[in-house]
Amino acid sequence: MTLKDQLDKIRQERKEDIKDVVDLKKLDSLRVELLGKKGPITQALRGMRDLPADERPSFGQFANSVRDELQSAIETRRDELKKDMLNKQLEHEKIDVTLPGKPVAQGQPHVIQQIIDQIEDLFIGMGYQVLSGPEVEEDKYNFEMMNLPKDHPARDMQDTFYITKEILMRTQTSPMQARTLEKHDFSQGPLKMISPGVVYRRDTDDPTHSHQFHQVEGIVIDKHITMADLKGTLELVAHELFGDRFDIRLRPSYFPFTEPSVEADITCFNCGGKGCAVCKYTGWIEVLGAGMVHPNVLEMAGVDAEVYGGFAFGLGPDRFAMLKYGVDDIRNFYLNDIRFLTQFSKKG
Amino acid sequence: MKISYSWLQEYLDLQVSPKDLAEKIERSSVEVDSVTQPSDGLKKIVVGKIVSMESHPDSDHLKICSVDIGEDELSQIVCGAPNVAADKKVIVALPGSRIGDNVKIKRSKMRGVVSNGMICALDEIGFSKDVVPKEWADGIYFLPDDAKIGDPVFPYLGMDDHLIDVDVTPNRGDMLSVYGVARDLGAIYGQTPKLNHPKVEEVATSAADKVALDVDKDLAPIYKMRIVENVKIQPSPVWLQIKLWNAGMRPINNVVDVTNYILLKYGQPLHAFDYGKVSGSTIKARYAQKGEKLTTLDEAEHELNEKDIVIADDQKPIALAGVMGGLNSEIDDQTTTVAIESAVFTPTLIRKTAQRQNLHTDASQHFERGVDRGGVEEAVNAAAQMMHELADGDVLKGIVTGSSYDVKDAVVEVTLSRVNHVLGTELTLDQVEDIFKRLGFGVQVDGETYTVSVPSTRWDIHIPADLLEEVARIYGYDKIPVTLPSGPTTVGALTEKQKLIRDSRHVLEALGLNQAISYALTTQTKANQFMMRESSETELSWPMTADHTTLRMNLISGLLDDVAYNNARRVKDVALYEQGRVFYKDSADQVRPSEHEHIAGAVSGQLVVDPLKNAKHNAVDFYQFKGIVEQYLDNLAIKGDVEFVATNRYPEMHPGRTADINIHGHYVGFIGEVHPTIAEAYKINQTYVFELDLDALIEMPKDMNQFEPISKYPVITRDVALLVDKSVTNAQVLAQIQKKGGAYLKSVELFDIYDGKNLPGGKQSLAYTLTYQNPNATLTDDEVNQAFEKVQKTLTSELGAQIR
Repeated sequence: MTLKDQLDKIRQERKEDIKDVVDLKKLDSLRVELLGKKGPITQALRGMRDLPADERPSFGQFANSVRDELQSAIETRRDELKKDMLNKQLEHEKIDVTLPGKPVAQGQPHVIQQIIDQIEDLFIGMGYQVLSGPEVEEDKYNFEMMNLPKDHPARDMQDTFYITKEILMRTQTSPMQARTLEKHDFSQGPLKMISPGVVYRRDTDDPTHSHQFHQVEGIVIDKHITMADLKGTLELVAHELFGDRFDIRLRPSYFPFTEPSVEADITCFNCGGKGCAVCKYTGWIEVLGAGMVHPNVLEMAGVDAEVYGGFAFGLGPDRFAMLKYGVDDIRNFYLNDIRFLTQFSKKG
Repeated sequence: MKISYSWLQEYLDLQVSPKDLAEKIERSSVEVDSVTQPSDGLKKIVVGKIVSMESHPDSDHLKICSVDIGEDELSQIVCGAPNVAADKKVIVALPGSRIGDNVKIKRSKMRGVVSNGMICALDEIGFSKDVVPKEWADGIYFLPDDAKIGDPVFPYLGMDDHLIDVDVTPNRGDMLSVYGVARDLGAIYGQTPKLNHPKVEEVATSAADKVALDVDKDLAPIYKMRIVENVKIQPSPVWLQIKLWNAGMRPINNVVDVTNYILLKYGQPLHAFDYGKVSGSTIKARYAQKGEKLTTLDEAEHELNEKDIVIADDQKPIALAGVMGGLNSEIDDQTTTVAIESAVFTPTLIRKTAQRQNLHTDASQHFERGVDRGGVEEAVNAAAQMMHELADGDVLKGIVTGSSYDVKDAVVEVTLSRVNHVLGTELTLDQVEDIFKRLGFGVQVDGETYTVSVPSTRWDIHIPADLLEEVARIYGYDKIPVTLPSGPTTVGALTEKQKLIRDSRHVLEALGLNQAISYALTTQTKANQFMMRESSETELSWPMTADHTTLRMNLISGLLDDVAYNNARRVKDVALYEQGRVFYKDSADQVRPSEHEHIAGAVSGQLVVDPLKNAKHNAVDFYQFKGIVEQYLDNLAIKGDVEFVATNRYPEMHPGRTADINIHGHYVGFIGEVHPTIAEAYKINQTYVFELDLDALIEMPKDMNQFEPISKYPVITRDVALLVDKSVTNAQVLAQIQKKGGAYLKSVELFDIYDGKNLPGGKQSLAYTLTYQNPNATLTDDEVNQAFEKVQKTLTSELGAQIR
């Protein structure tokens, strides 16, 4: 057998061997065996000098082509084996993607806070300031300057926690009307403010009463503020907090610090205005009190009621939250049961 | 007050259903609580006539009645009422009927005898026991003889009427009468109510010869009296009884009922008393004297206060003025001479007496809200005339007047432009004038100015704003346009403080704490716990319950109440924070506390509940909780270092697991574990808490966000492990490292703590990574080694550390 025949035989036989290798290590040792210094091709090239000079170039070419061929077969095989191995590994790494994700800590804002923040943002957008006042108030601001002198029968409407005869837990956020009116410099422009906060009533806690709850007071005083403006503003509040399909209506009411005074009702959440047990079959639910600021309130705070006037309103975030989310017991807001607090986590 | 729909119809032509009428009242006048029909829920209750009756063979008291119920055959009904009698027309609940309390009546057998239904007493068909006349309290009711057999009984008892329960606001006392409501509805519907005015038929004898009045004008600005003699006391006619019981009043007799009827009709409380029981002939309205007592008609004895007003004869009080009459001058069956008092008492005095004696009556309620001062005389006249008609009484001539004054219309001016300016409307001169006229006000128009005379029936109207309300409500709030305030632009924005408070909340929520809102009023004990400073407490003068007596001086106690609430309901993992006020007083003399914003947190159990992890090992410890506070303070970016200094000064905190928090040397709060005995007292599991003075944090100067170029030069790190005494703290080590760290020491990080086996007793091993970087050049190993060596040296010399 000529040298060339031998090589050709190696090429054919060993190429098959390469294809059969299933292990990278063996493939490597086969590469050394075939293509290394002691390998048949190197040997054959060495034996070339025994050939006649005119055969050498073509034999050389042939030997190189065999080497290239084997080399490429090895590389192809190596790629195949690597790919197989990776696939096996990936197969092995398979996980149950239905197992739960790892929990992360996330706290929630209190549902009443969410309502207050929403109200604040709405009014800030309309150019209102947000002010907060003392929770321990003077009788003077809580009642007297709100046009509720000491013997006024309307004081019975609000049972008060007194600390002394003159100092009390504020029963409403309305004293902030008097406090801001006293301070406001009308030469700098109109007064537009809201004042959210905690208020207290001497009540026994039950599903609909709490001795502590929240109010948001609002007041706008300028030279040309109308009841129509009040109506528009309250309508915006209803739309922002509850949605555009909610309407409001005003009814006459009585507060010593506003005249005219109105109660605002909103379309019933439960029935959408058709009438149901929740709204006592009226289609409406009472949500807040409002009115045009009483001239006495302006005058007592040193504001000229002939020139300036405007509206005020007081709304109850607790009641809003109860209505909006169907909370049936106001005490839920102050017991801070984690199972309650974490319910109101949905955004948007 | 329950207003009868049919009574209103006597004065107005109302072409609307009771429900629509109620809606109109609510939209235009006062709130309506309900519209009800006394027959609601009742059915198949008819007029029957007992034709004959015989005794039940097996019972002493039962009678077997044959009752004509308008059908071909008589119906057999067994009845046990003591007053059951033949030939009477009675209330029959037929088989299949529904009577009071939603009870169904079926054909039944009573001791073996078939009974086809039931003969009813008033309280069995839904009458409150409080309104059933005494004479019908213990038996069945007899319907009038002309009642038509087989008809439903409801019309005969006024039960087909509709009652509109109005919730009258304090300003609208005028709506506490049928006349008042009729006047208001007249204005709303543009009708003139047909109100009748009484004519009194008097006898020749003069009342003034019979009685003299001695009245303190300050107590009773108006006090009038009539005397009616020879009255015959008996039950009132049914039409009058119906009006009373439908208004929730019990018919008593023809004299007392008249006074109640006048109250319902005119809103003027009257008091009728037996003049024969009075000693002397002078009736006084005066303050009570010390030690005087009076038993009122409800048979309660009252110790009178010197500020209570009484009506008295020569010797004794005979009535608590404006509130309730005295038992000693009560009208009874023997009464022949009646004195009728019609008066106005000073509202504040009545209000205080009613409160003091805890006796709130229809009369006191009316006086507190005011009464029509122009209507006092008409009320007493109407009452006297009715007693003449219903009790055969002789009305003595003339009204005796103890005090009086000329009641004038209130005159108020308002302009059309003012009306439109305030309401945002475009009403015309005529429209507004028409509204005033409909309300029964006198009105003169001069240019665009209205001069409005308001009669005494609307004593709540004094100023232009009051008239604006009248215009708005009669015109209709629905018709008022919808606009937004115009005028100069104002800027709305949260203040720095408000932003920081909001940010604080958001950060703590992002760190896993839920916002709590707890009660600010707590017990004295809890108010005084977890105190960040000395303070006197603020207490309510008249608390409602023992749980809420004192204003909190810390937020933590409220959070622990919340943790307890959760733990008691098997919610073990609780993570809460609260932002709110605490109330401090520098001394007990300070009346009004100062209010401070605080922020506090409490975590018990696991912060992150991972069911795949062991709950016990995953529970929050001091360091995880401290991480939350550190991150929060880091976000606030207050200038200066935050220090945690071990302390045992809070009796409610674990003495070995509590730290004061100082920023730039200023105390701002504390963090730690709740003392086990306190935890036990609250019935809570192990809990970590912090409380910070949020006002102080807000006030402190802050670092602003500022971009710092990210160095392109590499960092070099060195690790050092120290063997130190256990008493050596991390803070001490860090302080030494920082002190000698050199210019390029960028950060130090503790990465291992070991105090287990293989260490000499009382020792611990702490390992730190020191990171060096020169922002402007590449550091060399030599530079770092030199710096690192200095650190090691100082740790050895200053803290006795053994470098491992």
